[in-house]
Amino acid sequence: MRVVIAEDLTLLRDGLTRLLEAFDFEVVDAIDNGPALLPALLRHRPDVAVVDVRLPPTQTDEGLKAAIAARERIPGLPVLVLSQHVEPLYARELLTDQAGGVGYLLKERVSDVEQFVATVQQVAAGGTAFDPEVVAQMLARREPLAGLTAREQEVLRHIAEGRSNAAIAARLFITEKVVSKHINSIFAKLGMPPSDDDNRRVMAVLKYLDA
Amino acid sequence: MRRGAPGASGAVTSIGSGVTQPEIPRGDGLYRFRPEKAVTPPGGVVAPPRDDGGMTLRGRLRTGVSAIVDALFAISLALLNAPVLMLWLAGLVLSPVPVLGAELLAVATTVVRWRADLERRLSTRAGLPIRRPYLPAPADAEVGTGRWLRWIITDPATWRDAAWLLPGALVAAALGLIVVAITAYGLVGVLLVPLWLHLGGLWFGYGVFWPTANRAEAWLALPQGLALLLLALILAPLIRRVHVSFARLFLAPTRSAELRLRVAHLTVTRADAIDAQAAELRRIERDLHDGAQARMVAVGMTIGLAERLVRRDPTAALKLLAEARAASTSALVDLRHLVRGIHPPVLAERGLEGAVQALAMHLPVPTAVRSHLPGRLDAPLESAVYFAVAEALANMSRHSGAKSAWVSLSHVEGVLAVEVGDDGNGGADAGRGTGLHSIERRLGAFDGTMAVSSPPGGPTVVTMELPCALSSPKT
Repeated sequence: MRVVIAEDLTLLRDGLTRLLEAFDFEVVDAIDNGPALLPALLRHRPDVAVVDVRLPPTQTDEGLKAAIAARERIPGLPVLVLSQHVEPLYARELLTDQAGGVGYLLKERVSDVEQFVATVQQVAAGGTAFDPEVVAQMLARREPLAGLTAREQEVLRHIAEGRSNAAIAARLFITEKVVSKHINSIFAKLGMPPSDDDNRRVMAVLKYLDA
Repeated sequence: MRRGAPGASGAVTSIGSGVTQPEIPRGDGLYRFRPEKAVTPPGGVVAPPRDDGGMTLRGRLRTGVSAIVDALFAISLALLNAPVLMLWLAGLVLSPVPVLGAELLAVATTVVRWRADLERRLSTRAGLPIRRPYLPAPADAEVGTGRWLRWIITDPATWRDAAWLLPGALVAAALGLIVVAITAYGLVGVLLVPLWLHLGGLWFGYGVFWPTANRAEAWLALPQGLALLLLALILAPLIRRVHVSFARLFLAPTRSAELRLRVAHLTVTRADAIDAQAAELRRIERDLHDGAQARMVAVGMTIGLAERLVRRDPTAALKLLAEARAASTSALVDLRHLVRGIHPPVLAERGLEGAVQALAMHLPVPTAVRSHLPGRLDAPLESAVYFAVAEALANMSRHSGAKSAWVSLSHVEGVLAVEVGDDGNGGADAGRGTGLHSIERRLGAFDGTMAVSSPPGGPTVVTMELPCALSSPKT
């Protein structure tokens, strides 16, 4: 699987490269600044990009901007955004194109190597994965949304964190069948038409963020 | 809503400098500084004059009536001037007398300043506010001490007040009498003559115009009286302006007093800023010491232990290493919270607009953000405004019981205006809430002001204004 990495701290950039190569990724490019990122993404069209939000020269949100711009040109280009902190605002911006294949994690999650690699693979496969921290922030701020039950909220949280039905079932000690029942109920309560489109999961999260 | 105009709205508490200028009664809002106007013309007009109803007939009528009433006030107050002056002179002459003298001078000075303040308030009613020129009292000057005496004696405003008392009384009485006399004569013409005729009196001379020969002529007193009343209504505001302008010569701060007040204001806001900064540093130090630093020590110890165990008991070593990793993660959590409190990363990345939007997303109350800022603010200002908005929003979600709220950011003519409003219960009091007070301190360091409009029953609107420039838009 071909990866482009964008990270300005040499230590982290090399670490990420080594880590991903150890898990049989092919790191085609490792970028250390903002302006070079977009051309690199467009040129390599990687299977997944791992991008730091904050990059030189401005040290603002250049990485995020480049990732969003790249996804405008190449819809659904899988991007995993890393940051020292998480903002629901950025999560919403990443989700607005509803194309899936986005992730948003705290940098420190890298320390749980296997989980991190699993997340990269999941995003590359078109899934959505958000940091538990950002999900917690989304959940903490408002009253239960659209009359979701506590259990349904929990399921939605796991969806946002990027878990499959099977993984959710295992975590909540329920059967997969019950999970999909909950999910259908969530979609109905959020007013989303039934369809087989996988992106519904993304849209559910997005709806939640917009509430 | 015109801020700072006394009585513009009963629910408006204009602060922003009330605290930093302890001598000025809260809420009169006369003491506002904008750097571009820091040195006002000799007149010292800071707050814009009130327009009592503008150009409408009703407005003019109201202005005229209030000016006539003020003339009556001015005359009665003028009568006080002579006794007040004598009291003050007595205080001055007797001030070398131990104990009693100083007390007498203190009382006399208080009375003089009270009288001068009444005059200033009268000027404010006339739409030409006069600021208090007095030097702030030194911190350790108790009444009666030499230091206190020096404070009173060396303040030129003390002497200017005293110098004003006599001429001020004469001018006020003379001008006031003109207005009152015309009004009174007009009233006599309109009211008394009909009464007199009704009672059967025949002879009545009215006006400077003619003696009355018969009833028909006597009735002419009526239009004459009306004309005089009209004259009084037109003349009274003009005369009031003359009166106020005269008072201004003595009672307004001189140019050097303006600068002195400015220095006093800056001293207070600077001290506030330094205090706040020192408190911040202490908090950061404590957080680091108790949080991340302590955890990193634990991480080091655990890894050291694992090193010793790795050969003998690899399973236990692995467990320790996992523990160390967990501790390093929680150290990072601590650091992240700390960083958010110092300078929120989203503020650095997105500027004020983005950061306020992010803030709104965290709130339990749905909050709309309207914003039009063509560029970015200087970093220190940005941070101050961000934390001020955060404080206002936190206050709102804690106390207001609002269903929805809004924030608007705009930059017009070199002034950043921020409004935070909600549809809650109202009744927010800038004088009591420590939250609102801390906003004021944050903004004060940048010559910013804050006003709270929060009538009982809501809605509440917190308005903040800061003079500042925007940098060119981000590329």
